[in-house]
Amino acid sequence: MSDHDGIDGSDYAAGGGLLHRRVFLKRGLVFAGVTLAAPTALGQDQGSPESGAAQTNPLDPQPASLTTPGGPFSYYGKPSDFEKRVIRGPGANQDAPGNGVSWTPLEALEGTITPSGLHFERHHNGVPTIDPEQHRLMIHGLVDRPLVFSPESLSRYPMRSRFLFVECGGNSNAGWNKVAVQRTAGTIHGLISGSEWAGVPLSILLDEAGVQPQAKWVIAEGADAGALNISVPLDKLRDDCFVALYQNGERIRPENGYPLRLIVPGWEGILNVKWLRRLQLTDRPAMTRDETAKYTELITPTGRARQFTFVMDAKSLITAPSARQQLNGPGVYEIKGLAWTGRGRIKRVDVSADGGKSWTEAELQEPVLSQCLTRFRLPWKWDGSPAILKSRAVDETGYVQPERDALVEERGRRSYFHYNAIVSWAVDEDGAVSHVYA
Amino acid sequence: MSMRKPTWACRLAALSTGVALFTASAFAAGPSKPVPALGEPVAKDIVSAWDTTIYPDGTGLPAGSGTAKQGFPIYDEKCSGCHGPEGRGETAEELIGRELPLTDPQTSQTIGAYWPYATTLFDYIHRAMPIDKPGSLTADEVYALCAYLLHLDGIIAEDAVMDAKTLPKVQMPNRDGFDAIDAKPN
Repeated sequence: MSDHDGIDGSDYAAGGGLLHRRVFLKRGLVFAGVTLAAPTALGQDQGSPESGAAQTNPLDPQPASLTTPGGPFSYYGKPSDFEKRVIRGPGANQDAPGNGVSWTPLEALEGTITPSGLHFERHHNGVPTIDPEQHRLMIHGLVDRPLVFSPESLSRYPMRSRFLFVECGGNSNAGWNKVAVQRTAGTIHGLISGSEWAGVPLSILLDEAGVQPQAKWVIAEGADAGALNISVPLDKLRDDCFVALYQNGERIRPENGYPLRLIVPGWEGILNVKWLRRLQLTDRPAMTRDETAKYTELITPTGRARQFTFVMDAKSLITAPSARQQLNGPGVYEIKGLAWTGRGRIKRVDVSADGGKSWTEAELQEPVLSQCLTRFRLPWKWDGSPAILKSRAVDETGYVQPERDALVEERGRRSYFHYNAIVSWAVDEDGAVSHVYA
Repeated sequence: MSMRKPTWACRLAALSTGVALFTASAFAAGPSKPVPALGEPVAKDIVSAWDTTIYPDGTGLPAGSGTAKQGFPIYDEKCSGCHGPEGRGETAEELIGRELPLTDPQTSQTIGAYWPYATTLFDYIHRAMPIDKPGSLTADEVYALCAYLLHLDGIIAEDAVMDAKTLPKVQMPNRDGFDAIDAKPN
C-alpha cells in the first residue's frame, strides 16, 4: 500500500519514519521545508533588506526584474541583500573584543565548502593588519641555513591545494554543560569550516633550510598581538603540512591568517597558526600556554590531563532539521548534515529518528575526501509525532562517534576541548526543533 | 612565453639574493621537480632577536629579576582590571586558587592548580599581556609578576627572587599531571 506521497512500506529503513537512502532515487519525491524559528542566532533582526521592492505577487507574469535594467557590475561581489541573516555569530570578551570566537552558521549552508566570509574565527587578540611586503616567514633553529621568505617569494614555489576542514579544539564545548543549550547548530558546533587551502608544502621549505637530525619539533608563531606560539611535531609538518597563501581560490582573508597560514590537516585548529611568521626547529616542545594551560583536557575522573591531543576525532551533526528550526507540518523531509574526521575519510554515517533505538545508513555525498567535511543526507517521513534525531559518524579507522553519556563518563565534564559526542535534536508535535541530551 | 616567465622571475630573484637557483627537493605530491630556492639567508643577530622561545629548563629566559613584593603594584595597575584583585577573576579568567583537587568537578584550572611549568607563565605574560598592550612589560616586570602570582598561591615564598635561574626550578604542583596523547615531548 502506498501513501499519497509515493512512499510505501518497503521504503522505511528504521523507526520514527526514516526512509532508505535509495528513496532519493524515487521520481517526484517532494521535500517539505524547514524554517528558522528565530530571526537569527543572536536575536537580531537583519532579515529585511534595505533595498529591493516588495514582491507583491510571485506569479506576476512580468515582475519588475524583467522590465527594469539591473544593477551595475562590481569589483567584488557580495551576498544578496536578502541573505543578511546568514552571518557569523560572534562572541567575545567585553573588555577584550579581539579575544573570542565567531561561529559559522552551519544550519544555513549547503555542500561542504564554507564561504570565506563565513569561516569561523578564533582570535586570541584580534585580527592584525599585515602588509605582505612587510611580512616575513623565518625558518630557523636546528637547520643548516636559517632563511626568511616573503609572501611574494613563496608565491613562486610549486603549490598544492587540498579541501580540508579546520576545527577549533574548543568546538562544541557547550556539550559539557549539564543542561542542553538552546542555540542554533552553528552557534553550538560552528567552530568548524571547510575550505580549499593552497600553498607551499613545508617539506620543500624545510629541505631548503636543511633540517638537522636532532630536530623533532617545530615551534610555530603568529604575527598577531601576543605572538601566539605552539609546538608541532616535525614529522607531521614534513608529512602533509603546508604554508597556505590561498583560501577558496583567493588570498587568505585577514581573519583567517593573511598573508600566510600554517595548514595542519586533520589536527586541531590552533596548530593551523594564522599570520605565520616563525618556524623554529627544536628537539622538544616549548610547553607554551596553549599546549599546557589550554588545549589540554582535564579528565576529572582521574585528575590527570591529556596533552598534545592533536587529531580531531570523528564527529557529525544534523544541520537540518536542527535546533531553533521549525518543520512546516508532517511530510517528507531531507535530513542533512556534516561529518568529518582528522584520521582520514568518513566511512559511514548512521541516522536515528527515535533517539537511538534504531539506526539506518545515510547517503554520503561524493566526493568523500580525507580530513574534509562530508555531506550526508537521508529522507525522513515525519508523521507529526515527537521524534529525536541523531547522527553517528564512523571513520575509516573504525572509530565510532560516541554517545554523550559515554564521553562524559570517560572524561568528566571539565575537558572543555575535543567534545565530539553524538548530537540529539528533538522535534515536538508542533514541528519545533530543540537541542536535547538523549 | 608563459612557461618561461616564472623561470626568469626565479633567475632574477636568485641573482639579486645570491642564493642557488634550484635545489632538488621531493615535492610531497609527486616525483621530484625542480624547486626554486628563494629563502634569503638571515644574519645571526636578527635570528636571535626574533627567537623569543622559552623552554621549561629556562633556555631563552632573559636577564632580570623580580619578587612578589615588586609584582603586586604592577599587577594592581596592569592586570587586576580584568583578572580581579589577587587573581580571583573578573572579565578575564581567575589565575589563583587551588582549594579543590583536579578530581573535583568544581575544580579550578588556575596556574597553581594546573599549569605544569612556571616558565610558561613568563613566556605568556611577556608576549601576550597585558591584552591591550602586549609586549610592553620589561623582563624585570614579568619576573615580578610571576613571583607575585606564584606566591599568592603559596608556591614560592614572599621574598623569593625569580630570575632565569630560579624560575625554571619552581616545582609546579601539577608538573606530572599530563599524559601525552598524539606525540611524545621527547
